[in-house]
Amino acid sequence: MALLRITSPHTQRTGHRTAWIMQMVILATLPGLLVQTWLFGWGTFIQVLIAIATALVCEAAVLKLRGRSIMFFLQDYSAVLTALLLALALPPSVPWWLTVTGVAFSIIVAKQLYGGLGNNPFNPAMIGYALLLVSFPVPMTQWFGAYEVTAANEVMAFTDSIKLIFTGAIEGAHAVDAYTIDAYTMATPLDAFKHKEGLMSSEAFATLPALQPANINAFFWINMAYLAGGLFLLYLRVITWHTPVALLSALAIIAGFFYIIDSSNAASSWFHLTTGAAMFGAFFIATDPVSSCTSNRGKLFYGAGIGILIYIIRTWGGYPDAIAFAVLLMNFAAPFIDYYAQPRTYGHKEAKKGLKTGGDNP
Amino acid sequence: MTAVLLAIGTLLIFALIFGGILGYASIRFHVEGDPIVDQIDALLPQTQCGQCGHPGCRPYAEAIANGEEINRCPPGGQATIQALADLLDVEALPLDSDGAEEQPKRVAIIREDECIGCTKCIQACPVDAILGAAKQMHTVIADECTGCDLCVDPCPVDCIDMEEIAVTSKTWGWELPTGVAANIIATDKTPKVEAY
Amino acid sequence: MLQQAQYGFHGGIHPPENKTQSLQLPLGQPPLADRLILPLGQHIGQASQPLVQIGEHVLKGQPIASNNGFVSSYLHAPTSGTIVEISEHQVPHPSGLPEVCIVLQPDHQDQWIERQPLVDWQTLSATQIIQHLSSMGIVGMGGAGFPTQVKLAGSEKHTIQELIINAAECEPYITADDMLMREKTDALIQGIQVLQHLAKPEKTLIGIEDNKPTAIERLQDSIKRLGANIQLIVVPTKYPSGGEKQLIQLLTGKEVPSGGLPVDIGIICQNVGTCVAVYDAVHLGQPLISRITTLTGNAISAAQNVEVPLGTPVSHLLQYADFDATELERLVIGGPMMGFTIADTSVPVIKTTNCILAATKKELPQPAPEQACIRCGMCEQACPAGLLPQQLLWFSKSQEHDKAEHHNLFDCIECGACSYVCPSSIPLVQYYRHSKSTIREAREAAVKADHAKVRFEARKARIEAEAAEKEAKRQANRAKAAASTTKAAAPATKPAPEKAAATSASDAQTILKKLKVELALTSTKLNKAQKNLQAAQESGDSDTVATLQGQIAELEQQKQAVQQQLESTHVESTHVDNATNVATPQTNKPAINASTSVTSAEVKKAKVALAIASTSLKKVQKQLAETPDDEALKEKETAQIQAIADAEKALQDAQQAETKLDAADGASPAKKPAISDALKKAKVDLAIATTHLKKAHEKLAADPDNEELKARVTSREEKLAAAKQALEQAQTQDQTHEKTQEATKEATNTAPVNTDALKQAKIDLAMAKAANKKVEKAIEKAKELDLPELAGLEQQHQAGLARIQTLEQSLQDMNQGKTQTAPAAKKVQVDNPQKQLKIDHALAKAALNKVKREIENRRKDGASEAELNTQGLLDKLAQCEDKLAATERQMAASETE
Repeated sequence: MALLRITSPHTQRTGHRTAWIMQMVILATLPGLLVQTWLFGWGTFIQVLIAIATALVCEAAVLKLRGRSIMFFLQDYSAVLTALLLALALPPSVPWWLTVTGVAFSIIVAKQLYGGLGNNPFNPAMIGYALLLVSFPVPMTQWFGAYEVTAANEVMAFTDSIKLIFTGAIEGAHAVDAYTIDAYTMATPLDAFKHKEGLMSSEAFATLPALQPANINAFFWINMAYLAGGLFLLYLRVITWHTPVALLSALAIIAGFFYIIDSSNAASSWFHLTTGAAMFGAFFIATDPVSSCTSNRGKLFYGAGIGILIYIIRTWGGYPDAIAFAVLLMNFAAPFIDYYAQPRTYGHKEAKKGLKTGGDNP
Repeated sequence: MTAVLLAIGTLLIFALIFGGILGYASIRFHVEGDPIVDQIDALLPQTQCGQCGHPGCRPYAEAIANGEEINRCPPGGQATIQALADLLDVEALPLDSDGAEEQPKRVAIIREDECIGCTKCIQACPVDAILGAAKQMHTVIADECTGCDLCVDPCPVDCIDMEEIAVTSKTWGWELPTGVAANIIATDKTPKVEAY
Repeated sequence: MLQQAQYGFHGGIHPPENKTQSLQLPLGQPPLADRLILPLGQHIGQASQPLVQIGEHVLKGQPIASNNGFVSSYLHAPTSGTIVEISEHQVPHPSGLPEVCIVLQPDHQDQWIERQPLVDWQTLSATQIIQHLSSMGIVGMGGAGFPTQVKLAGSEKHTIQELIINAAECEPYITADDMLMREKTDALIQGIQVLQHLAKPEKTLIGIEDNKPTAIERLQDSIKRLGANIQLIVVPTKYPSGGEKQLIQLLTGKEVPSGGLPVDIGIICQNVGTCVAVYDAVHLGQPLISRITTLTGNAISAAQNVEVPLGTPVSHLLQYADFDATELERLVIGGPMMGFTIADTSVPVIKTTNCILAATKKELPQPAPEQACIRCGMCEQACPAGLLPQQLLWFSKSQEHDKAEHHNLFDCIECGACSYVCPSSIPLVQYYRHSKSTIREAREAAVKADHAKVRFEARKARIEAEAAEKEAKRQANRAKAAASTTKAAAPATKPAPEKAAATSASDAQTILKKLKVELALTSTKLNKAQKNLQAAQESGDSDTVATLQGQIAELEQQKQAVQQQLESTHVESTHVDNATNVATPQTNKPAINASTSVTSAEVKKAKVALAIASTSLKKVQKQLAETPDDEALKEKETAQIQAIADAEKALQDAQQAETKLDAADGASPAKKPAISDALKKAKVDLAIATTHLKKAHEKLAADPDNEELKARVTSREEKLAAAKQALEQAQTQDQTHEKTQEATKEATNTAPVNTDALKQAKIDLAMAKAANKKVEKAIEKAKELDLPELAGLEQQHQAGLARIQTLEQSLQDMNQGKTQTAPAAKKVQVDNPQKQLKIDHALAKAALNKVKREIENRRKDGASEAELNTQGLLDKLAQCEDKLAATERQMAASETE
């Protein structure tokens, strides 16, 4: 009788596999995707489809080159999730090749060249986003506005979206002369606020179209959708509260501080939390386990660092939103934070710090 | 012209001042470190086997300190090479020692019936681990034996065997798992993982 | 009385409990197995030492193995029967490597040995009870099998605040403790009361998980009924709340310091099973010979708890519980979280086997393939030790052991919670176990390397010093030669063998010196301990007295060992010295000369031993004289016994020397005197022994009721008999010797073989005697202290005596056999040429081998046949072959002669 010889434990929690984690995160993005589609048309949805297809093809190709089992790794859904997150972050109107480039870069360079799932030091989706943002700043900063405040005064149709994404122009029934792409897009509220060109805050809110209540509300609802998804993940214990809470509160505190000092020029905490990609970044990007910190204390530092960097880049940097760069910068710091934010182990008076070897263990 | 001279003069003065500070600091804050030979010696396995071509571990440590390759110690194997590479901040090389290979831990055993009591092995043993006298049977103190092999060749009747030290349930340990993630970065050299 | 735990611990998991299956049926009593396999290492620490022999009949509860060092344990026969085997057998250990086991064949009489409960335990000192527990073989039954006496001994050095009884049993499937608490509630509480008496804690807490309501109810009831001062604390069901460290944190909020023991923070933690075993040992006098084990898993149709004798094979229990061999996929000893798999169902149940889980494929499926770690941190949330498992995994994989250690790898309790929650199904625990064992190995290697370095340097220094000395001598010689203006005929170089011998001689001297220093140190320690003992006895601190006595015994043992070592080294050095002397040109009969000097060395050794023994004896006497409790009579007796023992030893040594003489070929005139010396000594010893016996008889007559005296007289008589026997032996040997002399030449072919066997037998005998002497000493001590272990020791003593007798018998047989062969083989053959031939033959063989190897190496390197030929290697080979053939022929010729 050949009995199995294997180390303990002999039992495992059923169902909670890596693929399950990825699936749950994908599920949690659905409210956000729905709201984005509802408010800005089918663009985002189409981008998601393009991204996922690209990701699967790229992943399979690299796995084949690396001599790894293709199906085994495709089934962990990590490539799908990376593509999905990148597509959600892209403006709905970008041309298809832009999405393809970004996703391919994410999967091939940022993930597989570093050793595949679990070995990438940086968040792959954000690497792709940063590449696109640096290389193609114009399409990457054209966001759709809420239809009430755009010239088109309606959500772009599905066919128009497809045409826009694949041909770069709109030739639909509505688009013959009156409506070019510019009729649908405008700066995001954050962008608009950043470039208010010497206007006081109150003046900016009164005059700039991107800062009209309708547009701000649109972004508010998107953020609320991602918040809901994040709470769902917290409930499932797929993520812990440490990173998002640290990120959001750090952002709120620093924004609040500057708002109190200079309310005429700085935006409020609420504005920072609800008009950009703060919720999406806090619950879906910063919580990427591979590239973030591991200990609970480390996650607090990590999240807070991202929050502070977001505010700094938004206010004084060259880009309107800053999730990608803030996260990537903190990815650099994650291993360092890990070494200095170890938990206190049972039976030890103090937590260990750093990497000093040959320490107090005899 | 004066400006140039002034500049040169100023720089000279600065150079003297800072040179003086540095010189003082190097004397005042001199750190009495472990001599490098001792550090290297501490990493060597101390089998004193001479397979590196030196008569013992310490001479090899001195040779390494004087620039010899770090990959000539078969008993230490790759682990020792890695440790030396870390210490000396050089690249770890594969083991190179004229055909000698990294071997499991061994101990010398004298087939006592065949021993003629010539004491040659006793003289060869670098750690005095062989007990006996002329015309008396010799035996190895297993606990002291480093498994260096040096007693095997001098024996005129070939009665010394090098035996691997057997694993007991007290010395046994779990092996490293061999899963997918065992090889972090798969290369062309690693076998395909298709078994799933 | 019923309390909820106030504290919590980090992490933990909630695996499916699966406990109900095995609680459906009542506690089962399976029939006795045909063979009981009892491993000698059922506990942490040194394996036990067997006390029985193959073929011996033992009674239930009879000790069959004794403890071997401080952290070790006794082992007892689980039922009456015959010892049929002492050999390596599969044991429950994850390695699957065999260990030495005693195999017992039950006779189905189940006949108990006389049990000796400690009826008045409440009046006995802690030391006495702990000693009793030790001799009853009690070890921790929760999992690790830590000898209980060692754990409790810690309570003497520390004040114990809390005694914690671990009833949590958090592992899934296992219900052995639950069943034990339901079935033996009163025994458990009474066992705890004994432990309370021993540890004297301020508080006693039972920690139990809230998923055992029946047990909680019965415990509450029993505590109330027996009026015990015990708090029952209910902890929430969470794995691993039954881990010692975690339970301590749950109940007290304190943490066991890293690398420390609970006793360091004033806590002793015992499993419920251990408490019941303590009850059995103290109240019933029953040693630990059975335990409750859970049989569960879906491959078993009658899952239940059973009370089984230790040593019952797992296969027997599986049969009993109706298992389905076709369904069985994984057989786990212990629970699914921390248990280990076994491949062989013949392994026995041991003291720590709390569960046998026969799982089907569906029940415990094969782990999913390992995926990459995504650092999700679920392991960190689950880790009860507050570690960072994913970091540890990273370091373990990349073999960065120092970093792993820095991240507190050694605080990992291997509970498996991290592996359980890992979504990538990484066998984290295995990685940690591998790293831990690698680190331990490296540490040991480092210690060994340091040691080797020290030895190497010492050798180098010695060789240098010798060379310098020689050089100085040479120069002095030269100067002398120059001064006296005579011709420089002084021997410039000495013969090589002498040099070698000189080297090893001085070597031996160094060792000798070292040993002497060690001996001196040990004696000093001993003296100190004895002084302390005296002080303690005066102040009446019974506990300290007991520990000190233990220490003294240990030191004495150590001293003996060093002395023995010293003696042997002494002999060696004299050997070497002699060899140096002998190695001079006289090559005619070196063997005889050597053996003569050996004999003198042996006699010297005996004398040295005697001298040392008498000095140490004097010291002991002095110490004893100062203690008021001991009568003068006792003292004298000890002295007498010691004297006899020493005389015996001397005799033995002389005998050994004589053997060596026997081994020396050719009759020598020196041999006869040696034997007659031995004879004389034996006679003197006999006379002394007779006098002692007489004296003892007189004393007995004066005090007829003294049991001790009676025993002494018996032992005296035994000794007298032994002396007589020795005398007889010496006489026969004398005769043998004469006979041998009559034979013109000794047989050469059979003699060495015989003498070898004889030597071995004698060594065995000497060892057996030494062991028995130790036991005698122990008995002495036990009598002085009036300890309850006396019976066991005496039994041991008897067994030892029996062994000595059989050994002596076989030795005598061998001696006889030898005397028969000696005259029978009438080979007129001088030994030296024969030996020389043999050596020549061996040398020729070796030379041939070397040439062959050389040729092979060259061939491997690609040398052609022609090249080999030009190098003369082939010629050499032919030459060597010729030579070998020649020596062989010569040998054959000499043999036919």
